[in-house]
Amino acid sequence: MKKLSKPNQPNQKWAGKKTGKFSLGMFSLVICFLYMPLIILVVYSFNESRMMNWGGFSLRWYEELFFSSGSLWQSFGNSAMIAVTSATVSTLIGTLGAIGLYWYNFRFRKAIQLTAFLPMLIPEIIIGVSLLIFFAGLKFQLSLFTIFLAHTTFNIPFVLLVVMARLEEFDFTIIEAAYDLGAREFQALLKVILPTAFPGIMSGFLIAVTLSLEDFVITFFVSGPGSSTLPLHIYSMIRFGVSPVINALSVIVIAGTVVLAVLSRNVVKLVFQQNR
Amino acid sequence: MKKNYGPFYVAPVTVWLACFFVIPISIIVYYSFLTKGINGGVIHKLSLDAFRALYNPTIFQITINTFQVAILATVIMVSFAIPASYFMARSRFKNFFLLLVIIPFWTNFLIRIYAWMAILGNNGIFNNILLSTGIINNHIQFLYNTNAVILVTIYTYLPFAILPLYSTIEKFDFSLLEAARDLGATKWKAMASILLPNIRGGITTAVLFTFIPAFGSYAIPQIIGGTNSYMLGNVIARELTVTRNWPLASSISMVLTVFTTLGVLLFMRFNRSATESARGQKQKTVAAGAKA
Repeated sequence: MKKLSKPNQPNQKWAGKKTGKFSLGMFSLVICFLYMPLIILVVYSFNESRMMNWGGFSLRWYEELFFSSGSLWQSFGNSAMIAVTSATVSTLIGTLGAIGLYWYNFRFRKAIQLTAFLPMLIPEIIIGVSLLIFFAGLKFQLSLFTIFLAHTTFNIPFVLLVVMARLEEFDFTIIEAAYDLGAREFQALLKVILPTAFPGIMSGFLIAVTLSLEDFVITFFVSGPGSSTLPLHIYSMIRFGVSPVINALSVIVIAGTVVLAVLSRNVVKLVFQQNR
Repeated sequence: MKKNYGPFYVAPVTVWLACFFVIPISIIVYYSFLTKGINGGVIHKLSLDAFRALYNPTIFQITINTFQVAILATVIMVSFAIPASYFMARSRFKNFFLLLVIIPFWTNFLIRIYAWMAILGNNGIFNNILLSTGIINNHIQFLYNTNAVILVTIYTYLPFAILPLYSTIEKFDFSLLEAARDLGATKWKAMASILLPNIRGGITTAVLFTFIPAFGSYAIPQIIGGTNSYMLGNVIARELTVTRNWPLASSISMVLTVFTTLGVLLFMRFNRSATESARGQKQKTVAAGAKA
C-alpha cells in the first residue's frame, strides 16, 4: 500500500493546478456528445405530440407503455429470464475454469486459455452466424433455449477474465497453508478459494447479466419465431421509425441503467472492502 | 505436491466452448469451401466459388467501405478519448466522471442508435427546428449515408476507447511530466514524448476495442445506413437470410475473422514491445528535457 501512495503524492500537489484548457474542452465535448441524445429522448418522452415537435406536456406515452404494450413486457420477461440463467451458468463454468487455469499447469493449458478468450475478440456477428449455421445443421428449433446457449457462450470469457483478474490479486500461499493444515481439495475450494474470489465472481455475474440484457446482434441470429427479447422488440419497433412509446421506454431504460451503475459500484465496493 | 485437479476444473469450460464456439466456427470454415445449395444450405461438394465471389466488385467496394468506416471512427474516437481520459484521470472528481462515461455505455445499444434517429431522422428534431425557423423548406436527409454510420459508430463505441485509456493514464506517474517541464520541455513536447509513449498499451487496447466492433458492425449500418453504406456484416446477414448463399456468407465471415485476428496478433506484438519500452521511459524523460 505504501509503495502505491508515494508516487501519487505529486499528483495531489498537481490536483490543484489546471489540467489545461484543451483537455477540459475535449472532455466537455465528449460528455455533451454522450448526453445530448439521451437528454433529448427524456424531454420528448413527455411530449404530447406523436411527432418530434413540441406539443405540450403529457404522460400519455408512459400510459401506453405500461398499460397497452403487453408484448414488450413479455419480451422483457424473456430477456430477464435469459440474463439470469445464462449469467448463472456462465459464472459457474467460468469460475471453475478460472481456478483451473490459474492454479494448475497441465497439457493444453495455454491453448485452452487462448481459445477461451477468443469469443471476446472476434466480431459478434461471426458468433451469431456460426451458431445459426450450427443450430441449423443440428436441426435445433431456434427458441429461447438457443438464445440461452448463445448468451452463455459469449458470457463465459468475460466471467473467466474477471475472476482470473481477481485471483491474480491474491496471495496463494494461503492455499498452501490450507493444504498444510490438512484441507482436502474440495474443502480448500469451498472454504478458501471461493470466498476469496467472491468479489470477482460477483462482478463477473453482474457483467454477464448486463451483457445478456444488452445483446442484440447474436440474439438476432439465434432467435426463432415467438422468442423475442427486449432488444429484439426494440429493433422491430424502431424499424418503423420514431415512436414516442420508445422515448418513454428509453427513459425507463436510462433510469434503470443509472440506478444499476450506481448500485453495482457500491455493491462491488462493499464486497471488496468486506473481503480485505 | 497434491494431485493435479486442473483438468477437472477446466473440463466444463473446454467442453462448452468446444461445442458452441470451436465447432460452429470450424463449420463456417468448412462451408466456405462448399457449393451452395439451390434453396439455401450447402451441397457437400468442394469448390472455391465462395472465394471467387469475393472478387466481385460490389463486395470489394463494401470491404473498402467497411475499412473506411472502421478506421475513421477509430481514429476520431481515440483522438477524443486521449485528452478526455487524461482530464478525467487528473481530476478530483474522477470517480464521478467515470460514472458519467459508464452510464451511456450501459444504456441499451439500440436505444442509443434510436436516439440519433429521433434527432437526425426526416421527422427528427433537427429537421423540425430547421423547418420551423425557415432555414430550409424541405427536410434534409441526414441519415442513411456513410457519415451517419460513422457518427453513430463513434457515439456507441466512444466509451470503449475512454475506459481502457482512463485506467492506463490513471496509473501514469504525472510527476514525470513535471520533470520534463523542469528540464525545459514545452507542455506539448512533454505530452508527446513522455505521456503518449507511456500509455501506448492503453492506446492499443482502445484502438482494438473500438476497431473490432466497428469493423464487424451490423446493427448500425442496418438501421442508420442506406444501401450505399453497407458494411461486411450486412452482406453476411443478407447472404445468410435473404440470398441464402451460405458458402459466400461463410467466406465473408472468414475474411472478417482473419482481419480481426491479424489485428489482435499485431496488437499483442505491439503491446509486448510497449511494456518493454516502458521500462526505459524514465531515462527518456531526461532525454526529452535535454533535447528541448
